[in-house]
Amino acid sequence: MTRPRRLAAVTLILLVTGTAQVVAAESTISPKGIKFFESKIRPVLVEHCYKCHSLESGKAKGGLVLDTRDGLTAGGERGPAIVPGKPGTSLLLAAISHSDPDLEMPPKKARLSDTIISNFKNWIAMGAPDPRIGPAPIALKPSNDADARNFWAFKKPTPPSLPETSNPAWARRELDRFILAKLDDKGISPSPDADPATLLRRLHFDLVGLPPAPTDQRRFDKRIADAGFERALAAEVDALLASERFGERWGRHWLDVARYAESSGKDTNVTFPHAWRYRDYVIDAFNSDKPFDRFITEQIAGDLLPFANNQERERLLIATGFLAIGPKGLNEMNPLQFRADLIDEQIDSVTRAVTATTVACARCHDHKYDPFSMEDYYGLAGIFRSTKTFYGTRVAPGNQRGGDFVELPRLKEQHIPNKSVSKKRVAKLKADLAAVNKEEKDSKAAAMKAALEGRDPEKFFNIATALRIIWKRGGLEGQLKTVDDDGRALPLAMGVLDRKQIADAPLLERGEIKRPGAKIPRGFPWVIPIETLSTISNKQSGRLELAAWLTHPDQPLTSRVMANRVWRHLFGAGIVPTMDNFGVNGARPSHPEALDHLALRFVDNGWSVKSLVREIVLSRSYRQSSAWREDAFKQDPDNRLLWRASKRRLDAEAIRDAMLAVSGNLDLNRPEGSLIANLGPRPVSLIAFAKNVPLDLDGSSHRSVYLPVVRDRLPDALDLFDFAEPSLVTGDRETTNVPVQALYLMNSPFIREQAQGFARRIASEAKTPAEQTRLAFALCFNRVPDSRETELGKKFFQQASKGNDSQLALTTYCQALLATAEFRNLD
Amino acid sequence: MNQDTQQPISRRQALKSASSGFGYLAFASLAANAAARDKKSAGKQAGLTPREPHFPARAKRVIFLCMKGGPSHLDLFDYKPELNKRTGQPTTIGRERGGSRLLGSPFAFDQQGASGRWVSELWPHLSQHVDDLGFIHSMNTDLPNHPQAFGQMHTGSFQFVRPSLGAWTLYGLGSENENLPGFITLSPPADFGGARNYGSAFLPAINQGTKIGGGQIPAIYAGFLGKDKEPGPPLKNIHNEHLSRNLQRAQLDLIRSLNQRKLQRDSHHPEIEGAIESFELAFRMQDEVPNVLDISAEPESIRKLYGIGSGKASDRFGRQCLLARRLSEAGVRFVEITAPTEWDHHRLLKDRLESSCASVDQPISGLLADLKQRGMLKDTLVVWAGEFGRSPYVQSGDGRDHNNKGYTIWMAGGGVKGGYAHGATDEFGYKAVDKPVHIHDWHATILHLLGLDHKRLTFNYAGRDFRLTDVSGVVAKDILA
Repeated sequence: MTRPRRLAAVTLILLVTGTAQVVAAESTISPKGIKFFESKIRPVLVEHCYKCHSLESGKAKGGLVLDTRDGLTAGGERGPAIVPGKPGTSLLLAAISHSDPDLEMPPKKARLSDTIISNFKNWIAMGAPDPRIGPAPIALKPSNDADARNFWAFKKPTPPSLPETSNPAWARRELDRFILAKLDDKGISPSPDADPATLLRRLHFDLVGLPPAPTDQRRFDKRIADAGFERALAAEVDALLASERFGERWGRHWLDVARYAESSGKDTNVTFPHAWRYRDYVIDAFNSDKPFDRFITEQIAGDLLPFANNQERERLLIATGFLAIGPKGLNEMNPLQFRADLIDEQIDSVTRAVTATTVACARCHDHKYDPFSMEDYYGLAGIFRSTKTFYGTRVAPGNQRGGDFVELPRLKEQHIPNKSVSKKRVAKLKADLAAVNKEEKDSKAAAMKAALEGRDPEKFFNIATALRIIWKRGGLEGQLKTVDDDGRALPLAMGVLDRKQIADAPLLERGEIKRPGAKIPRGFPWVIPIETLSTISNKQSGRLELAAWLTHPDQPLTSRVMANRVWRHLFGAGIVPTMDNFGVNGARPSHPEALDHLALRFVDNGWSVKSLVREIVLSRSYRQSSAWREDAFKQDPDNRLLWRASKRRLDAEAIRDAMLAVSGNLDLNRPEGSLIANLGPRPVSLIAFAKNVPLDLDGSSHRSVYLPVVRDRLPDALDLFDFAEPSLVTGDRETTNVPVQALYLMNSPFIREQAQGFARRIASEAKTPAEQTRLAFALCFNRVPDSRETELGKKFFQQASKGNDSQLALTTYCQALLATAEFRNLD
Repeated sequence: MNQDTQQPISRRQALKSASSGFGYLAFASLAANAAARDKKSAGKQAGLTPREPHFPARAKRVIFLCMKGGPSHLDLFDYKPELNKRTGQPTTIGRERGGSRLLGSPFAFDQQGASGRWVSELWPHLSQHVDDLGFIHSMNTDLPNHPQAFGQMHTGSFQFVRPSLGAWTLYGLGSENENLPGFITLSPPADFGGARNYGSAFLPAINQGTKIGGGQIPAIYAGFLGKDKEPGPPLKNIHNEHLSRNLQRAQLDLIRSLNQRKLQRDSHHPEIEGAIESFELAFRMQDEVPNVLDISAEPESIRKLYGIGSGKASDRFGRQCLLARRLSEAGVRFVEITAPTEWDHHRLLKDRLESSCASVDQPISGLLADLKQRGMLKDTLVVWAGEFGRSPYVQSGDGRDHNNKGYTIWMAGGGVKGGYAHGATDEFGYKAVDKPVHIHDWHATILHLLGLDHKRLTFNYAGRDFRLTDVSGVVAKDILA
């Protein structure tokens, strides 16, 4: 339990506050008051006080923090720093006036000017207007271990009591009461329900990433008429959850977090031709609603789990691809450094993806903010050090670090993208390999002999010889790795297996491989103790135990983090906005009770992601209108309290898939393998020279989740619309709005193709221009055009048909609809 | 409302006025421009209209050479003989646990130029320009972690999503060329905050940096394949072969009208407003961009000047610097280039710093010379900076750790006093002790050179006036020429 130097370096300030400390201003504060504060008070606080009393400095002397208004009024050990309206009883004024010799601030410095002091007096007298809203930061310096464990994220979720609200009839699910209660506190009302068509569009994009077809809307309307809104909605949700499109949408969300990619990234960047198997595994897992705890366990320790048959064994091995697909610095000359970096990447990905913690910060020193020590880090490092990673690349120019594949059991129906060769070819490859090895041996011997005889050894063996031999051998070995002795292509995957030698890792002083210290027993971060898991087997790496630690019912983070991820994809922002950091430097939850409520429910429901999604989309909060309201906006511009549904831009995949759906070109079959698998192993920089590879890396009609994901070389359709950076664990994508996106929508071959398909479709499905416009609007926006929009269409056709054939005019019109902002935004 | 606060017309106002036949006007102006499009045209649109600075500007535009990773000031610009003398001696600097040793610079320093500024041997080309450079040796930033420090260097804040320096610049001054984005960033890193570092946060989306680049063939293969014909970072989809200019204009008018209809319904929807502006800009870019990005027309002498050439270490950054000059010349207000090399030398400092410098030295020197010979240096502010510096104590035997307490950046041109050294670190180069310049001060100084008062350049968001420098920032007046 007690480890040396535990928290020694951690000067932890646990701030029980949100990050939005300065963004909101209450409408009750007069602009004049704010201006006074901003011009006369805040600069003084910043200049003279923050150094010892703020988050920025990491110090809260006397327990006092002056970062927020509530920090001032709550005060520190001596009591409130100010009493608004009462300068005479405000300690802050006494302190800066130097009226009490025991309390002179700023300390050991000359008194502040009389002007400043009188400004403070006036400011307090006017009620201390201060726009820096946020709950009082309670500064705790953990004097002992228990305090660190008391940080909100490290405590087990507790069943929250359901709050009373102003309007009990509003709630549809329990979670609604938490939302409404917070809105009640601020006196903001929730928004009315969105109309059924808007809601259906939102629901379809959120659950399956595709727009509703006009038939979907008709079915929905009929069900509402027949069975009522609630039942119609539930039926629609259940149908979407059962659709295979659900896994393609939600699997992709996990692939963001899993930093899935089909190349090694970094300097060398060579393809990973077998990574796609992991992609398909993830999609299937979401479609089958694999319990999330099991899903995590398979990805971390699938190879160690029992299996009933070869199919299951195959799937479990592929699952461990999670640990193998990370970016790799393959040009690293030092194998020890490479291994340390690989392990670090695995620790970082596992802890951030599953628990949203930055344990990997403790590689070189104890974590500066969170209670993770180097012992914690190297306890985990031992687990991964006892694990071999099969990332399958060949030694080649720029790649010093070749790697093996995991060989899968051979199954009847199994796609194998790598090619078989003849038996003769295998023999030839083996002979060549033997020849290369002999050449190396002979030339080294010749060089040695020359050296002994005083001649120039470099004539026989020099750096050029060495490289030629290494690269040639790398190519031969690489080819031999993909076939069996008969030349039959082997079914291969990326993944991990336990090493033969199971060993603890030494603590590396400052993370330096040359400075190994004492061995650290394999184990898990101390701050989350799970008593039943105190020891790790000596016969296995410990990944199975790690998975158990991550998914144990007492583990406070995993369920919260996943509930937060699901929430983010349905509301546009997490309850904890820093998706991948639940630590001290992360943001605090806006609705901690709602988060705990969902996290507990998630576990109780057998870690079912589908149930969690269902629970949220059936809530009243989710179905609110997104209409803008000035009063609410002024109080909560970022919609942290969810007074409406957030307006959201669709993500890259949904934009592209929606275009394919509208054009009628969408191929819903799963493609076999991927473009990268078909290309085989090669440097990414040379992909452009391969035949049949389009410049935009697209040219496919399959869903976007099946497009190649190559580090630093993404398909245009993904790259331009803020796809997740595949070298990083990404729980939250950016949204940019830049002209290069517009250029793509105006001029790219992909858009043109979809516009043509779209035009053909409406020309064949509707006759008159009016009907065509109505159909086009239904397909794109799930609504009917208003009279102005119809008028605009007419005007356009008049203009466009001058000197152009009608087909071109219609295509151009269709492209315009695909390029509207409404097409790629959700209401 | 603060009377001093600069108040460009709001986007809503502009869009409202634009809705009455703006498309036609834009088209007419484009037709006119197409005839005589050799010089910069004044932007007439909402977000891009050139705006008067608060006071006469020394610099009209910025080229920010971003050195991601934290280059070692101790081995590049901040000469510390005492540190060199005591190399190998134990120290407790920056290390509470102790047990560390000082690392003198493995590189020789020499005095350069008429000003006699000390520069390391790693800058054989740049050292010839030392009389144009204004060094700040006393930089400091709040945190020694990459993502936070990189974010603070770009946005002033390491905690919150805030507009970037480039976005503030564009917001303050507008664009000189309506046909190009006013803020372009070449090959920015995806990590360390990614798009936030060139984002506009709550400022109108038109001020966001447009990313160009990525996916280039690395020099090693370029040399191997004899491919030296790249027109710079690719910008695809710049032409439409299937629509006539007129038809595309009509199409764009339709898109804009539909977007405006949507905006009317939604009353507040920044994403739609941004889309309207970015489509108009994209339409205009089609004419100008291909020429600007095409460096193949540059004479051999210029390419040589920048160190461009097959297989050369300086090839890639050379192209980017040349492109930066072309973009600046065409009126882009703020160009940022991220050096395609690593400065985070925790180990193997000697070898790796040398190769990093080799990839940027000649390009930067070429850029300065080229700007000068074109008479552009006097009103172009060139900024060289990383997110922090490095420690005087050794790490991994031959490397240095992060150091946020004292480091060096330099600026040149645009009203900067050349050959001047501002502030100083202690004798070991660890901490800024003389005239410390915090990120906020540095930002205030850059804005000042652009004619902008950092206290008056504000944007009201949700009831509060925000600025780049938060509530801090003192202009480092001594560095002004």
